[in-house]
Amino acid sequence: MSKYEKNTAPDVKWQDITLAADVFEGGTSAAIETGDWRTIKPVIDWDKCKQCLLCAPACPDMSIPVMADGKRGDFDYFFCKGCGICANACPFGAITMVK
Amino acid sequence: MAYNLKENLMQGDRLSGGHRFCAGCGSPIAIRTVLRALNPEDQAVICSATGCAEVSTFIYPYTAWKDSFIHNAFENAGATMSGVETAYRALKKRGKIDETYKFIAFGGDGGTYDIGFQSLSGAMERGHDMVYVCYDNEAYMNTGIQRSSSTPMFADTTTTPQGKVVPGKQQNKKDLTKIMVAHGIPYVAQSTFISNFKDLSEKAHKAIYTPGAAFLNVMAPCPRGWRYPSEKMMEVTKAAVETCVWPLYEVIEGKYTINYRPKEKKPVEEYLKMQGRFAHMFKPGNEWMIETVQKHIDAKWEDLQNLAEIK
Repeated sequence: MSKYEKNTAPDVKWQDITLAADVFEGGTSAAIETGDWRTIKPVIDWDKCKQCLLCAPACPDMSIPVMADGKRGDFDYFFCKGCGICANACPFGAITMVK
Repeated sequence: MAYNLKENLMQGDRLSGGHRFCAGCGSPIAIRTVLRALNPEDQAVICSATGCAEVSTFIYPYTAWKDSFIHNAFENAGATMSGVETAYRALKKRGKIDETYKFIAFGGDGGTYDIGFQSLSGAMERGHDMVYVCYDNEAYMNTGIQRSSSTPMFADTTTTPQGKVVPGKQQNKKDLTKIMVAHGIPYVAQSTFISNFKDLSEKAHKAIYTPGAAFLNVMAPCPRGWRYPSEKMMEVTKAAVETCVWPLYEVIEGKYTINYRPKEKKPVEEYLKMQGRFAHMFKPGNEWMIETVQKHIDAKWEDLQNLAEIK
């Protein structure tokens, strides 16, 4: 938990939240799991993947990490909402959507 | 520097996961691509007109932005950013800031074409060193698909429902990119998501690093409002470019350049048939609607080609 994080329960008093509801850090939404929205999930077949990386920029949830060696990693299922854009963007059919 | 998708992705994203955009939304894709065009050592100050981008990325006490972000009202993203930019210039002149900051305002089409138009126009006219990025999803999607001046003709929205008497929206889409060109600013471009994102990425880099005001209009499809399956995003944007509904072009100091000319211009049905909001145009007896749209798109494309030929 962030040191700037405050109680935001519905009964919280305004004096107990940050002044003007400021947020003092960047990228804190990374603590929120949006993967539980998913009804179908993408699965990659590493034998078919040619590392063209065309899937990675088309992801709305930053769920396709590109590693320091320039290769894509496995899906970040913590954020992936299962929209299926990556499966359609893949020219080699390496990504399939499964229940 | 030549564009390299791998290097571009390796530098990481400045938008964090955990934002609450719908699955398959176009606007986080536009935002993250634009932000990756920043040089990694530069800081950014971002604001966003009220819309999906604001309510989805900044839910107290969380923020999806790794850079500074300012909340503002629907109508004043341009004014907010121009104020911050002026303050930065003043502080820089007095030697109180050493880092380089870049100023980016995001707005949906409602906050750009309609409600935020006056403050955008003012900011562009004053020539602040900022970029305004419109992620154009062609209606007020945040509040439930009401028509905006960016909605194309015959689109079915909740305030222009199609029926026996009214065929959907009855007016044409406002050409905001050309209105921005008329402001005489150094850089205006229109882009969307195509294959490896080279077009959008390069335009975003040029827009951010061109001194003076710049405007970027990015088509960002909305699967809910356009009524297409969310996985078809890249097909929809590709069809928009191939049919010349959304041509990719940039205007540097008033000089038009078309960045992509389709080898064979596809009929406009290719784009329309993918989307449920145009489904009524394919009913028997409604062929005239497709003809009207085709005629309009042809005229716009012809006009753009003529502009690009002017030396």
